[in-house]
Amino acid sequence: MPSTNSPSIISISGVTKTYATGFKALKEINLDIERGEIFALLGPNGAGKTTLISIVCGIVNRSSGTVTVDGHDITRDYRAARSLIGLVPQELTIDAFESVWATVNYSRGLFGKAPNPGFVEKVLLDLSLWDKKDAKAITLSGGMKRRLMIAKALSHEPRVLFLDEPTAGVDVELRQDMWAMVRRLRDDGVTIILTTHYIEEAEAMADRVGVINKGEIILVEGKAELMHKLGRKRLLLELRTPLTVVPDAFSRYKLELSPDGAQLTYTYDNQSERPGVASLLRELEAAGIQFRDMDTQNSSLEEIFVNLLRQEP
Amino acid sequence: MNWRAVWAIYRVEMARAFRTVLQSIVSPVISTSLYFVVFGSAIGSRITEIDGISYGAFIVPGLIMLSLLTQSISNASFAIYFPKFVGSIYELLSAPVSYLEIVIAYVGGAATKSIILGLIILATASLFVPLHIQHPFWMLAFLVLTAMTFSLFGFIIGIWAKSFEQLQLVPLLIITPLTFLGGSFYSINMLPEVWRTVTLFNPVVYLISGFRWSFYGKSDVSVGISLGMTVVFLAVCIAIVGWIFRTGYRLRN
Repeated sequence: MPSTNSPSIISISGVTKTYATGFKALKEINLDIERGEIFALLGPNGAGKTTLISIVCGIVNRSSGTVTVDGHDITRDYRAARSLIGLVPQELTIDAFESVWATVNYSRGLFGKAPNPGFVEKVLLDLSLWDKKDAKAITLSGGMKRRLMIAKALSHEPRVLFLDEPTAGVDVELRQDMWAMVRRLRDDGVTIILTTHYIEEAEAMADRVGVINKGEIILVEGKAELMHKLGRKRLLLELRTPLTVVPDAFSRYKLELSPDGAQLTYTYDNQSERPGVASLLRELEAAGIQFRDMDTQNSSLEEIFVNLLRQEP
Repeated sequence: MNWRAVWAIYRVEMARAFRTVLQSIVSPVISTSLYFVVFGSAIGSRITEIDGISYGAFIVPGLIMLSLLTQSISNASFAIYFPKFVGSIYELLSAPVSYLEIVIAYVGGAATKSIILGLIILATASLFVPLHIQHPFWMLAFLVLTAMTFSLFGFIIGIWAKSFEQLQLVPLLIITPLTFLGGSFYSINMLPEVWRTVTLFNPVVYLISGFRWSFYGKSDVSVGISLGMTVVFLAVCIAIVGWIFRTGYRLRN
């Protein structure tokens, strides 16, 4: 029975995938996607992101485990489960000889929806494809093809949208447009699951972040909490007089000196009770090292991501 | 049943045929006309009659079967192989569509196209030779059953094939020789005893013989056996397609 009151719209439990070659693409994945959130699934190439999405969408058979979409089991109740999902795959895979209008209406029909020219027109208008509705897919630019893939995925009014590397090879302007569109969809109550290589994309859009590596989910966390918990801060000090070396007395702070000797960088854990900033500043003053300006920086999601993967065996 | 999905796939398949009318319709019609010119005129001048039927008229059912078989296989195999090749199969696999609906849509589309083609060839043939169809119901029944069976067979080839070369392999190396050696252009009763026995292992013989019976009331083998063999082949194809979908063979693995 569908559990429409559950906070999770997708529930993945103990899912594994071993290919015929023996390669274990997924090892015991457990993951819940919350209703109405933007969830970013991050991971290096070959980590298992696309395999996981393909299993949830019904494209690839899993080896074991269960997946439900809004309470519907993806195998036993595949019609109800799949009709809730829209998928924009990584590759631009469209029948090149179909017109934009025909291919979007085909997608809508495939998902069992009655024809609705008004709705399809709105989707095409929202994605700036309306004036290309009679053009064949083969004549579209790469960016337009990407938008056409999104239009096809939205044609049946899904409640969950998977975007697998949506902005790969897309120019900056279109990327901004896509981010705006994703936020609009989220505001309409659509749950978005995003895989991306571009960490800044996750940083800009995601409510929660999951990191997958070598077929295992190694972390799931709210983006803000993640950045707060795992993030590090940097204190940058612009020196009045450049140094040639960092005095030995400061070795416990592991300060970094810029090549021109004019900037000292102190990196510290922002979760720490005693980050050591006050004592460092006092000791610098006592040693006669003066600075004319100071700044602090938070580490980016990208740095957190890279650190996480480095810690993995 | 998700009939809207069936209709969506069927419509796309039919639209492709009309987009490529030269390849889908004109080319087989020209080939058939050439067969009439070459076989009908050249050989027909030496063999005037077979079983009391003029040679030109005798080869019509065989020619229709030849096109029906090859076009059914080619239409259905390409229809499912092409989305696999370009990757757009993801949409079909992620849609709320059952295996039965997928088969009905693709095989229905491919069979419709080859039946239309068969009827066009029949009309073309009537320009060359006087035709008389003794059992029109059975003629249509054989036409539809054969188109469905070989479209299913083509569908299996399309799923199995990993390259365009493999896609062509079975039609070129197996189906075309079997059709040419299945009595399209001659009666198997004209063959020496040994070769006649060997020929009876060729399933296409039964299709052509049954189809020819629906035209002229004369056949190389009994009509019941012809019908039975067609149904058996249809059942085998359905069983294979069922296995493919149950296991996800070359689709979901």
